[in-house]
Amino acid sequence: MPDPHTSLRIDASQVRLLTRLCNACAVSGDEDEVRAIVLEQLRPFVDQARVDALGNVLITRQGNGRNRLKVMLTAHMDEVGLMLTHEEDKENGIFRFEVIGGVSERQLAGKRIWIGRKHIPGVIGAKPIHFSSAEELKSVISLETLRIDVGPGNSSKVQIGDRATFATQFSRLGPSLRAKALDDRIGVATLIELVKKAPSNLDLLAAFTVQEEVGLRGAKVAAYALDPQISINLDCTLANDLPALNQTDSPGEENTRYNTRLGAGPAIYVLDKGTIYDPRLIRFFVQTAIDQGIPYQIRQPGSGTTDSGSIHKERSGIPSLSISVPARYLHTSAAIARLKDWENYLRLIYAGLAGLSPAVLSEPR
Amino acid sequence: MKALIQKLVEIPGPSGSENLIRQVIRQEIEPYADEINIDALGNLIATKGDISETGLKVMLVAHMDEIGIILTHIDEAGFGRFTTIGGVSPVNCVGGRVRFLDGTSGVIGKEKATNTHNPPTIEELFIDFGVSRRQECPVKVGDVAAFDRPFIDLGARLVSKAMDDRIGVAVLVDTLKRFQKSPHQVYFVFSVQEEVGVRGATAAAFGVDPDLGLAIDVTDTGDTPKGSKMEVSLGKGLAIKIRDSGMLADPRVVEWMINRAEKEEIPYQREVLLKGGTDGRAIQLTRSGVPAGCLSIPCRYIHTPSEMVDFQDVQNAARLLLELLQNPVRLGYAE
Amino acid sequence: MEELRALLKSLLTTPGLSGYESPIRTLIETTWRPITDEIRTSKLGSVHGLKRGTLPEPRPSALLAAHMDSIGLMVTGLTDGLLRITEVGGIDPRVLPGQTVTVHGRKKLAGLVVLPPSNLLPEEFDSQTPPLEYLLVDTGLESRTVEREVSIGDLISIDLPPTELSDDLLVGHPLDNRASVAALTSCLWELRFRQTHWDVWAVTTVQEEETFGGAYTSAFQIRPTLAVAIDVTFGSSPGSPSHKTYPITKGITLGWGPNIHPKLHKIFKDLADRLEIPNQEEVMPRHSGTDAFALQVAAEGVPTMIVSIPLRYMHTPVEMVSLKDIARAGRLLAEFVASLDEKFIEKIGWEEHA
Repeated sequence: MPDPHTSLRIDASQVRLLTRLCNACAVSGDEDEVRAIVLEQLRPFVDQARVDALGNVLITRQGNGRNRLKVMLTAHMDEVGLMLTHEEDKENGIFRFEVIGGVSERQLAGKRIWIGRKHIPGVIGAKPIHFSSAEELKSVISLETLRIDVGPGNSSKVQIGDRATFATQFSRLGPSLRAKALDDRIGVATLIELVKKAPSNLDLLAAFTVQEEVGLRGAKVAAYALDPQISINLDCTLANDLPALNQTDSPGEENTRYNTRLGAGPAIYVLDKGTIYDPRLIRFFVQTAIDQGIPYQIRQPGSGTTDSGSIHKERSGIPSLSISVPARYLHTSAAIARLKDWENYLRLIYAGLAGLSPAVLSEPR
Repeated sequence: MKALIQKLVEIPGPSGSENLIRQVIRQEIEPYADEINIDALGNLIATKGDISETGLKVMLVAHMDEIGIILTHIDEAGFGRFTTIGGVSPVNCVGGRVRFLDGTSGVIGKEKATNTHNPPTIEELFIDFGVSRRQECPVKVGDVAAFDRPFIDLGARLVSKAMDDRIGVAVLVDTLKRFQKSPHQVYFVFSVQEEVGVRGATAAAFGVDPDLGLAIDVTDTGDTPKGSKMEVSLGKGLAIKIRDSGMLADPRVVEWMINRAEKEEIPYQREVLLKGGTDGRAIQLTRSGVPAGCLSIPCRYIHTPSEMVDFQDVQNAARLLLELLQNPVRLGYAE
Repeated sequence: MEELRALLKSLLTTPGLSGYESPIRTLIETTWRPITDEIRTSKLGSVHGLKRGTLPEPRPSALLAAHMDSIGLMVTGLTDGLLRITEVGGIDPRVLPGQTVTVHGRKKLAGLVVLPPSNLLPEEFDSQTPPLEYLLVDTGLESRTVEREVSIGDLISIDLPPTELSDDLLVGHPLDNRASVAALTSCLWELRFRQTHWDVWAVTTVQEEETFGGAYTSAFQIRPTLAVAIDVTFGSSPGSPSHKTYPITKGITLGWGPNIHPKLHKIFKDLADRLEIPNQEEVMPRHSGTDAFALQVAAEGVPTMIVSIPLRYMHTPVEMVSLKDIARAGRLLAEFVASLDEKFIEKIGWEEHA
């Protein structure tokens, strides 16, 4: 049997697309910039593209042949970020802000940010070390004390309600990619590619969702509207695989909570806080990886959620699976992923889709 | 019925891994149901009866799944690390035994405490399979286990792991078997994944689209030394749920149940549960809304390996359920 | 304004705790019958009042939602004729001691919430607030009487007559969310002799304070083209952070954030400015804490907006509101709904180039 996936590569044009996507600012509820790129890329390829009430992009690409499965693929367009909430000092350009999505307090102080559609530059400042006592230096700088500063005279360039992101430019570092919002622009880029090269054995329903980071909200209504038989979610998950530094009595302790490992291939989910993934789909994709010689890993069961959390409970239930690209330092100003993992990811999903048939659902669980 | 209860409680079936328990329930009900279906998430749905003019489409639900654990890591020496499925307290794990779906057994051990005042966390526990190296471990990351404790019959009271909610399953199976004439069409739903957020029932309720819904589940009691301040006690009757932390039971459903219990002189208790939810919530909020409630079986030590129920309470619950189904229902303001 | 004040007083003195909204539902149905074309009830008890539009079928519809349920207390047990209690919705136990309440048993009984003296409470509560389960309600009646009249699960509502502080200012419970129900009614009054192009569904939802169940299910049933939630928001007052609160008597707030469709927000802002209704932007960066959270994700999704009326001391027995602000909200809704025509849907599309 031919292996069409082996011809799938991550080439320069895809890296360029990912660059555009990661550098775009689209915090939950304000996904315009990414939505525009998705529509521009896919309009020429699809039977139907529409934008629903919440801003999800819903795309259908019909296959041919009889007895086709309706498979939904999802990737979320939004990223975690900030929102300006109060103009505290107009003259000096100081604003209060709140965090949208899970960004730790520890990642905010001393960062450059982009604000709003025009990417107006700003900073989140921190008190000079000269003013901090030894005691103070031990505690986390609390969110309450942090402010966004656009500089004196610049207040009118921004307004409360504007979203902001870290001002990180995408860069390629040898075998790695470093950018903000790899979660989930890498999923978005992959889905764009899969729609362009959609296998013809199924009906592909692609949903580029909104507001995943604030409660898996876009996915809920997308799943209701598209009503698929199977759903595969494309996301980016934490690789927490640094060496364990919490040694007490035994030095060189194993890191037992790595979640996933960089370089170990696409991560297939079994269970997280939001979903117990369909065992038939897990077995199918694991077998596909083994048969096709594509490296893969099982994401450690545990915390976190993906859009599957909303999707699998919609309507009368939708068998769902999530597969993610591993990346370190997610939800901070810069995450790092391996190009090879992304490439194997694309190949695995494609090979899986090409092999999917209604038979998967008649398997015992 | 005790034999049925024992059969059901001893099967391992944590949320998401309900295959074995589903098979057993199916075997029990196959000769009695009009139709049996398994939906996309694995809920087992059996129907009985047709809707008459005075009848409703009624959905009854008891969840098949129990709490459990899932392996996250096997270390070099063959010890397993795990996380929880559903509300598992680390305190109830220490020294316990677990059984995986393939029959493998393990013992839960605990790291030496650095601070004896704090209870252990899940991260400080591990599973001992009795092997010495990772390669010898019979199970792998992602494998699922239930707590392992045999059923004991104390006469008036029964003790086992997974009374939550295999006792509800038993009541539902028993009711299905004894179901005769009824004006209603009844959907007996044995749901999956209740313990992780009433997920199965959410999908099942959408699919069934009932006029009325009732969950059958366990509830806490306040009758143990320095226990919860709750009025429900073991042996004082089934409990009619007024509210819990997930649902305000529909007052019309509560009234319906109380009226029937009083008419048939079946002992009952009024239940207000401060912490805990049931599949009833999922039914109530489905589609355009459904009048819903819950018939509760009082249970001590919920979510420990030794949950205790009173057999009379269980029989009374089954009695009430059958009486409710055999008579017409009139609810106000539905349109 | 007189009509509004009278309406509000009767709304405030009619109970309707989450899950048990019958009394307030009946009052709203009676009030709305003359000013709507049709009144229906949802399966969970929400009121659906329809004002039919003139466009040909299939006609677009706007759903205006104000929750009619309120917070309160519930009996969990009886001890020596005293009642043990829990909350319905979120109540701060610190505002309860000394509060007069009505116990809805077999008949209505007057009650008083009491805080037992510290020598009868566990030691840890010498300096800390005891949680609700340690407070009691005393009806002044004998044990025997109480056991006969009161059952576990019976409801308890705050008993406080509304107080006018001035022509404009009213103190009462539960102004959250009777103020919005009044605003919605005021909107219907304004539309009474006007035609709308769109169907308008005025909906008072159930269970907002606990599950948002009314909003989820009413939106699913009605499938509106767009929805507006009307609720109260935090009024500036001592102790509350000034950057998260809004002055009362100075107008309404317009929500902004992921629960709100940005184009709807802009349309409401432009309209409010044009009508010279004073308004402020209220950022809601995540969960808005209103029915809009549920309305937005019903079925295939609904474009939503939030209009809020500032209220001091929310979720306490002494909530305070400005009648002018309520009237403003009502007027804004009426004019918005009157402006909806066949071209409106195009104005809230998302397609846009960066």
